[in-house]
Amino acid sequence: MAEQKKTVKFIIERQDSPTSKPYTQEFEIPYRPALNVVASLMEIQKNPVTTDGKKVAPVVWECNCLEKVCGACMMVINGRARQACCALIDELEQPIRLQPARTFPVIRDLLIDRSVMFESLKRVQAWVEVDGSWEVKDAPIQNPYTATTAYEISHCMTCGCCLEACPNVGPQSDFIGASPSVQAYLFNLHPLGKFDKEKRLEALMGKGGITSCGNSQNCVEVCPKNIKLTTYLAQLNRDVNKHALKNIFNK
Amino acid sequence: MAKNKIIVVGGGLSGLMATLKICEAGGEVDLFSYCPVKRSHSLCAQGGINACMDTKGEHDSIYEHFDDTVYGGDFLADQLAVKGMVEAAPKLIKMFDRMGVPFTRTPEGVLDLRNFGGQKNKRTCFAGSTTGQQLLYALDEQVRRWEVKGGVTKYEFWEFVKIFKDKNGVCRGIIAQSMNSMEIKAFKADVVILATGGPGQVFGRCTASTICNGSAVSAVYQQGAKIANPEFIQIHPTAIPGSDKNRLMSEACRGEGGRVWVYRDGKPWYFLEDMYPAYGNLVPRDVASRAIFKVCVHMDLGINHDRRVYLDLSHIPADYLERKLGGIIEIYTEFVGKDPRKVPMEIFPSVHYSMGGIYVDRKHFTNIPGLMASGECDHQYHGANRLGANSLLSAAYSGTVSGPEAVKWAKENVSKLCEITDAEIEAARKEVQDEYDKIRQMNGPENAHKLHQEMGEIMYEYVSIERDNNGLDICLGKLKEILKRWENIGVTDHGNWANQEAMFVRQLRNMIIYAMAITKSARSRDESRGAHAKIMLDENGKRIEKDGELQFYPRNDEKFMFTSVVSFDAATEEPVVTYEEFEHSLIKARPRNYAVAKKE
Repeated sequence: MAEQKKTVKFIIERQDSPTSKPYTQEFEIPYRPALNVVASLMEIQKNPVTTDGKKVAPVVWECNCLEKVCGACMMVINGRARQACCALIDELEQPIRLQPARTFPVIRDLLIDRSVMFESLKRVQAWVEVDGSWEVKDAPIQNPYTATTAYEISHCMTCGCCLEACPNVGPQSDFIGASPSVQAYLFNLHPLGKFDKEKRLEALMGKGGITSCGNSQNCVEVCPKNIKLTTYLAQLNRDVNKHALKNIFNK
Repeated sequence: MAKNKIIVVGGGLSGLMATLKICEAGGEVDLFSYCPVKRSHSLCAQGGINACMDTKGEHDSIYEHFDDTVYGGDFLADQLAVKGMVEAAPKLIKMFDRMGVPFTRTPEGVLDLRNFGGQKNKRTCFAGSTTGQQLLYALDEQVRRWEVKGGVTKYEFWEFVKIFKDKNGVCRGIIAQSMNSMEIKAFKADVVILATGGPGQVFGRCTASTICNGSAVSAVYQQGAKIANPEFIQIHPTAIPGSDKNRLMSEACRGEGGRVWVYRDGKPWYFLEDMYPAYGNLVPRDVASRAIFKVCVHMDLGINHDRRVYLDLSHIPADYLERKLGGIIEIYTEFVGKDPRKVPMEIFPSVHYSMGGIYVDRKHFTNIPGLMASGECDHQYHGANRLGANSLLSAAYSGTVSGPEAVKWAKENVSKLCEITDAEIEAARKEVQDEYDKIRQMNGPENAHKLHQEMGEIMYEYVSIERDNNGLDICLGKLKEILKRWENIGVTDHGNWANQEAMFVRQLRNMIIYAMAITKSARSRDESRGAHAKIMLDENGKRIEKDGELQFYPRNDEKFMFTSVVSFDAATEEPVVTYEEFEHSLIKARPRNYAVAKKE
């Protein structure tokens, strides 16, 4: 008797446009070892037919690097915000449920609009104010321990998992989220970046800044880069408070 | 006076560097990318960026970097271009450092350096094993700063489709399409710089991101831009083979002491160390890939007779590995489920990088006035084989050249250009619109993604590590068939909102045409040089073997120390290959042999 071929079942939440109503479709694809969610979606592209035999438009989603560096393929997989490329089928319960990260506006299917995160990076001035890309002199020597912390934070790929998981990011609150906040901390660590430390702290004092963080600690649980987000949020909070006090005394 | 408007297509390292330089020179940039620029493929570069910092007491010199690059490139790189790049490298590193790139540091806080392939001195600056990500982010941040200041307008999720030219053949702007609303629009500019990266997707599975399809390069090639040296495709020796992509395991593994081996007669055989005693595991990529291919395919010594060899880090202390290679160890552990700190990794070569690309001069101008190319999409700096950690360098450096040159060209030439009417521009736009509308209605039996997979398999079979003229002829024939079959594609998404399928179908056609340029150029070059290794055939078309060894064409400087230049013949849609001189007078060509120490 022929062995029954192993398959993988998906229930995918789809949405044709930003304003239309979501609906689900089911797909079943052949199993193979080391298969991940992005590779499965690629299989569906090759044969976009639902389990009930309907030929449909292939599922739309965003991906680039497929090695968890670019941050593009974030979606909600079995209820958890994560990168689809490293979501291995072997480690997921089936049927696998894929949904867009609805903290962000949905463009189509699993494709979302995360431009708000890039706007937040402008707000916190997540950059070093170098005079220009020309040569000035030697760059300053840096404490290797501080540099190690900076390196950890600098892995943040703006994927948005921490915003999706945060109960304070969404229509009910204007919190900009862990990722952009912690970027302010990153640049405050840099020997040149720290010259503008106060500007960044000011930016985090306003509406939607660090005071909107409810310390639910969801962000650190979902960060695919294992950045100690809550640790840095706490330190930022301390810096912001110190700065606020200083403001009061200087008045 | 109005500011000069430059369009930069592509927001990787080169495009962002060019953008910065243009803003600093007083120009204005419209920056197009089909992903947020922070997600560009430059971030997949892992091991580092080369620059002669000479902080390890090895008396490294810029000349040595220059010579290593030219020798590593098997004497096909323009030497003046390379000289400019290696001289600028240390300055670029300091710039990145000031911008906040978290380079890995020594205990006293200066930049650490590591070994890399094809170089005897420690010359590679790095940020753990995610150097590309860190460099890209630094430029992304600086460009965002300019966005706030008003020098840059970003068009993210817009796909470049074509350039448009005036009646004198000067490039005057681009036609691009919104990937959400699908609106097709013309954008005027004084100069257009393409910084659209490599064509890895032409080979299907590779180490490149899904966005690296070479479609933009192919589009301008079909509009008259020449391509140079496309046959030189770098196969990276160490990648994790995968069904969706081959994931890169950085050369830094070997730079930090990793060893490559297989079992032979029941004992580990460190074949690279055995075959190339002078450089060992740190031979350049073309050499290492050929050796691994030979060991697996011709000697059948791969792991379980499969196409796999060991890349071993397990003898290196775990905390050292964590600090120097943490990022890639995580990739391996995550995707393979085994810990490289404990067991040897299993790897095989994969298509990785294109040395060739759009034919540019040393200022990065193409043969179409007003059109420039910069970064992996151009042909400059690497000759027949690129040294590891020279790609982040060439990407960043090329942007420092193309950006300022674009502004300069605009200042000098824009007033002399002829009028281009709205009707002319609309005609160009309409052509793209019609083509897209047609694709959206395609109703044939072929699936575009399956066709793409098929093409990738063909390219791997005939145009990768070992090539021969029979195979290349077969490949060209098959590609022509695939181009025909493209006409019979059917799309299931006929809609007009975020239609990724239609966009892919358009890209696929460009990929097929670029694949033909690679193949034809490989067919025409009857020698072996760098990444292009061609096996000789006897009069019956059989591969020639001597004492059990395949016989490769030798390098032939007299006939082939020239740049392959490929133009598109619009009538037949086929590539036409010619050869052109390039600057190689600074270092005299000499035989390349990594079994012995380099002689100058």
